Amino acid sequence: MNIEELFVLSTKAIFANKLRSFLTTLGITIGVFAIIVLVSIGSGLQTYITNEISSLGPNIIDVIPGNSLLTAFGPGTQNKLTISLAQGLSDKLTSTAQVAPLVEVLTTVKYKNIESKNVYAIGTTYVYPKAVVYGKTVIGTFFSKGQEQSGANVAVIGYTVYSKYFKNQNPIGQKIFIGNEKYTVVGVTEKSGVSLGVDHDNVVYMPLEAAHSQFGIDRLTEIVVNAKSQELVPIVKTQINTVLSKKLTKDEFSIQTGDTLVNTISNITNMLSLALGGIAAISLLVGGIGVANIMLVSVTERTKEIGLRKALGAKRNDILAQFLLEAVMLSVTGGIIGIILGMLASIGIAIILVSTVTWWSVILAFGFSAAVGIIFGMAPALRASKLNPIDALRYE
Amino acid sequence: MKKVDEIIRMTDITKTYGEGEAETTVLRDIDLVVKKGEFLGITGRSGSGKSTLMHIIGLLDSPTSGNYVLNGTDTSKLKEDELAFRRNKEIGFVFQSFNLLPKLSALENVILPAIYAGINNKERTEKATMLLTMLGLENHIGKKPNQMSGGQQQRVAIARALMNDPELILADEPTGNLDTKSGDDVMKTLRHLNDEGKTVIIITHEHDIAIQAKKLIQLEDGMLMHERKKTVAT
Ligand SMILES: Nc1ncnc2c1ncn2[C@@H]1O[C@H](COP(=O)(O)OP(=O)(O)OP(=O)(O)O)[C@@H](O)[C@H]1O
Ligand SMILES: [Mg+2]
Repeated sequence: MNIEELFVLSTKAIFANKLRSFLTTLGITIGVFAIIVLVSIGSGLQTYITNEISSLGPNIIDVIPGNSLLTAFGPGTQNKLTISLAQGLSDKLTSTAQVAPLVEVLTTVKYKNIESKNVYAIGTTYVYPKAVVYGKTVIGTFFSKGQEQSGANVAVIGYTVYSKYFKNQNPIGQKIFIGNEKYTVVGVTEKSGVSLGVDHDNVVYMPLEAAHSQFGIDRLTEIVVNAKSQELVPIVKTQINTVLSKKLTKDEFSIQTGDTLVNTISNITNMLSLALGGIAAISLLVGGIGVANIMLVSVTERTKEIGLRKALGAKRNDILAQFLLEAVMLSVTGGIIGIILGMLASIGIAIILVSTVTWWSVILAFGFSAAVGIIFGMAPALRASKLNPIDALRYE
Repeated sequence: MKKVDEIIRMTDITKTYGEGEAETTVLRDIDLVVKKGEFLGITGRSGSGKSTLMHIIGLLDSPTSGNYVLNGTDTSKLKEDELAFRRNKEIGFVFQSFNLLPKLSALENVILPAIYAGINNKERTEKATMLLTMLGLENHIGKKPNQMSGGQQQRVAIARALMNDPELILADEPTGNLDTKSGDDVMKTLRHLNDEGKTVIIITHEHDIAIQAKKLIQLEDGMLMHERKKTVAT
C-alpha cells in the first residue's frame, strides 16, 4: 500500500467514528492547551517582575521590615521599621543617597461628592521624586520640603485620580478628601500604567506626617534608598546596615538591592512555574490515558477487521501503518488545535495579566501529543497485527 | 517443483486446540490431495472440523502437525508476509459468515484484496464493477452490507474472492444462508469458475449441493477424522 492510499484509509476510519475521534482529539487538545497556557503565564510573570524591578533603576536599595521579602508581608511578623528610624537613616546618608520612607494605606478619595474607593494613599517625604521613578510630575510639582514642614495638608494625585476628577481642568489648588480630611492638590504624577491587574496611577501621595497623624500609622511599608551613583551602592548598603543594626536585630529588617530582589522573585516565580508545569503535566497525562483508552477500544473493536484484512492479503506492516497513521493523525490534530487555542489564550491573558508563549513549551506539547498517539496507538495495533488471521476474525 | 498438476498435498495433518485437560483434537491424520481444476466437496456433520480444515487449506491457520504443500511449496517454510502474499494472490476465500466490512460499500469491500496487491485505483474499480455486474449486483454497488439481503452479501463475498484472479477458490458453506434459488445461482457461478479452470473446494452439509461437486469427501467416515477429548495428558 502506498502513502496516499494509507491516508485515504486512515481518514475514512477517523470519519467513520466521529465521536470517538473527537474525544481522542479533545483529550490531547486539553493537555496541550494547559501546558502552553500555564507555562506562558509562569514565564510571563517572571519576565514582568524582572522588568518591573530593573525599571526602578540600578541604584535602588530597598529596606523592608522582616528578614526577607517572603516573610515581610507574612502574618505574625512585627514591623519594627519606624518613622524615626527612617529619619535617622536619612540624616546619616545625606551625602551618599536619597532616602524616601513610605507608608501605604488603602483609603477612599472624594471630590465634589464623587467617591473613589480603594485608592492607595502613600505617605512619604519631599524626597520621593528624587528616589523613585514614579514620583515624576506632569502637572504642578511634588510637595516641597517647606510645605511638608509647615504641616500643610497637601497632596499629589496619580494620573487615574486626576483623569477621574479633573479631565481638561486645572487640578492645582483644588480640595479633595483623602479619608475624612481635606487636602489641597499640588501636583499630578506621570502615567505609569496597569500591570498584574493593579493600577499604579490610582494613588494619592501625602506628607508622611499627615499620614501618620490622620491614619495613626508609624510603621513603614518600606524605605527606598537611591544611592547617588552605582559605585556607592555597596557603601550605602553597609551604612544602612550599621545604622539599623543599632536599633534592630538582624531578623527585623532586610536590605534588598535590584539584584537580590530579582533573585528572590525569580525563586518565587520559578516555584510558581514549576507548580503550573506540574498541573499541566498532570492534565496532559490524563489526556494521554484517555487517548490510550480510546485507542485500545478502537483497535480491540476492530480486531475482526484486522483479521479480515490479513486474510485478504494485508501484510503486518500494512496493518501497523494503518493504525499508526490513524493514531498520529488524531493526536497531531489534537496537538495543533491545542497549540492554536493555547497561543490565542496566552495572547488574551497577556491583555489583562501577563503571559509570554515560550517555544519550548509548544515543542514539548507537540512532541508529547505525537508521542502519545504513537505509543498508545502502536501497542494495541502491534498486538492485533501479530494475531493469526483466523483468531483475529473469530474475535468478538 | 514437482507434480504441477497437484495444487494441494496434505500429509498427516493434525489440529488440536487448547492445552492439558482442555486439549481437543479437531483434525487427525488428514491425507488429502487435490488436483488442479478439481471441484471438490467436503461434507460432514456440524463440528466435524470442516471449517478448520478449510482455514488451514486457505493459509488462515496453521496445522499443529503434518505437512501441507500448496502449489509445490511447503507452507511450513513460508514467512508471515509470504503467507499473506499467497492468501492475496493465489486463494479466494468465501467465508461461512461473509465477513464483509460493515462500514464499506459493496464496491469497496470487493476492492480490498486488490489494494493489498498494489493494483491501481482505476483498474481495480473497473474490475470490481465488472465482477459485481457479473454476479447481478450492478444496482447495489454503493450499498453497505446492512442494506443488502443475505444472498446479495454472499455474492459480494464471492466477487471479493475473485478479485485477484486466484487459482484456488475456497467456499465455506456458500449456500448455507440462502434460499434454494439464490443457492442455485451461487453454485452455478462456482461451477462456471471451475469450467474456466479454477480449482474449487466447497464445504456444505446439504446433500443436493454436495452431489453437484465432481468429487466428494466426508469428514468422519471417508477421512481419518476423529473428535475426541483426552482426559489427562500422559
Ligand atoms: N479456537 C478454537 N478453540 C477451541 N475449539 C475450537 C476452536 N475453533 C473450533 N473449535 C472446535 O473445533 C471443532 C470443529 O469446528 P469447525 O468450525 O471446523 O466445525 P465445522 O465442521 O465447520 O462445523 P459447522 O458445520 O457447524 O460449520 C468444533 O468442535 C469446535 O468447537
Ligand atoms: Mg464451519
